[in-house]
Amino acid sequence: MNETLVFELTILALAIFLGIEVIAKVPTMLHTPLMSGTNAIHGIVLVGAILVAGRAEADRLTTVVGFCAVALGTANVVGGFVVTDRMLEMFKQRGPRRPE
Amino acid sequence: MSRTTTDLLYLVTIVTFILALRFLSSPKRARQGNLLGAAGMGLAIAVTLAQDGLGNYVWIGIAMAIGAVIGVVGARSVKMTAMPQMVALFNGVGGGAVALIALAEFHNLTPLPGELAVDESVPILLSALIGSISFSGSLIAFAKLQELLSGRPIVYSGQQFVNGAVLLAGLAVGALIVAGTEGDVLVMALILAALVFGVLFVLPIGGADMPVVISLLNAFTGLAASAAGFLLHNNVLIVAGALVGASGTLLTLLMGRAMNRSIGNVLFGAFGSVQAGAGPAALEDGRSVRSTTPEDLAIMLNFARKVVFVPGYGLAVAQAQHDVRALAEQLEAKGVSVLYGIHPVAGRMPGHMNVLLAEANVPYEQLKEMDEINPELPQTDVVVVLGANDVVNPAARSDPGSPIYGMPIIDVDRAASVVVVKRSLSPGFAGIDNPLFYDPKTSMLFADAKKALEDVGAALKAL
Repeated sequence: MNETLVFELTILALAIFLGIEVIAKVPTMLHTPLMSGTNAIHGIVLVGAILVAGRAEADRLTTVVGFCAVALGTANVVGGFVVTDRMLEMFKQRGPRRPE
Repeated sequence: MSRTTTDLLYLVTIVTFILALRFLSSPKRARQGNLLGAAGMGLAIAVTLAQDGLGNYVWIGIAMAIGAVIGVVGARSVKMTAMPQMVALFNGVGGGAVALIALAEFHNLTPLPGELAVDESVPILLSALIGSISFSGSLIAFAKLQELLSGRPIVYSGQQFVNGAVLLAGLAVGALIVAGTEGDVLVMALILAALVFGVLFVLPIGGADMPVVISLLNAFTGLAASAAGFLLHNNVLIVAGALVGASGTLLTLLMGRAMNRSIGNVLFGAFGSVQAGAGPAALEDGRSVRSTTPEDLAIMLNFARKVVFVPGYGLAVAQAQHDVRALAEQLEAKGVSVLYGIHPVAGRMPGHMNVLLAEANVPYEQLKEMDEINPELPQTDVVVVLGANDVVNPAARSDPGSPIYGMPIIDVDRAASVVVVKRSLSPGFAGIDNPLFYDPKTSMLFADAKKALEDVGAALKAL
């Protein structure tokens, strides 16, 4: 066990607890946008894909695999945020148009 | 850009992600939150591209352009009813990206035999395994939701054994990698086994259980992203992955609770295949069903003071969300109070009905969760059930022999009268008989939800 690993595990544990706290407050009504929003957030793997694909010493396998990973990751990020925005836009329009 | 600067800017991204999720606690700020998260993502990508020693920009640019086009076109063109499969698809590609990262990293880290440390091999193993399961599992979920595959559970004898064997084979390869055996072919074998497992694992799960599966696969991709973060020593991946993992896990548990079933039962129970034969036989015991017409329903609604609509997946299939809103507005103009009762597992993903009704401009104040609507039902004159079945089945309350006994339901049978709009008497997705249909105060309107709502609206106008 090296220091970095322990540090990273600490971050992981804290992030999990934080995630539970924050997400427990999301109302049922917004669970679909929550899911597609978190979907967009895990698109952060694109960062990893870029790092892998952009290695200077990349050989053919790395380049091909990295290329695919970047394309998939980008689709994940862009699609995720756009779809979530489309959904949330519909919720936002709803003003107190009619008093109940 | 130096590593320290990069990490600091990644921290900014982490903060935007957390705020994005926080803003989701109210519909008013949720959209800003999402835009903030997108900005944070843009920052992280820009920072990554500006990192020292990065090359291959042309290929990266082309790949990003391809991905962006796919993402925008897919996201812009998808119908709200098809949202579950779209989310499944984007979830899958994220998982696939992680598996590929694991393969490339393994290939990079192992030019020299026997050098791979455990804190590198274990994250490789986990990201390849979980990412691949999420990828192929999501694709199968997509195919089921898109009805390219049957929504019924696909089962065969010895299924659990086969699934277990495939998973074990994958884990055995993983153990070899951790033990220090090297060769790209090992990681490829691991990915292959995990892909097969993902397919086998989702195949036996029925369409009605998709909310649980999608949530779970969402959590998987999150965890895979975290594992990739350990592999690349990248904090933003670790945190973002953990947030997604927590969210997916919470939603999975919530969906399971809303169906009163354990997650194990959902995943391995092949729900809906066993009871499929029981439905029709039970129908022949002399109980009678009262059917009604759109005109009669219009009259009932016209004289009601309070009406509750209970939508289910049938509403989404019929694309009738706009018609129900139009009818509701007609009723409100006549002074009838209208609410919507939404069961947590109505639809094919958590919160799916809310999105559909929001799309149709239904004010979200009128959307009531199960716990809010149930106390209102005894004072409700007419409940209109639109394409929902199991979530209003009183057998869940009264019949200990029913497969859904104990599942919390919307108590529509406590209202003064109930109208069920349904195409036929056939039992719902889970193939369970519904005594609500034979209740003396229930009448059935046999029609497609969209057609029925249009006809009722026209009849109401003519009154």
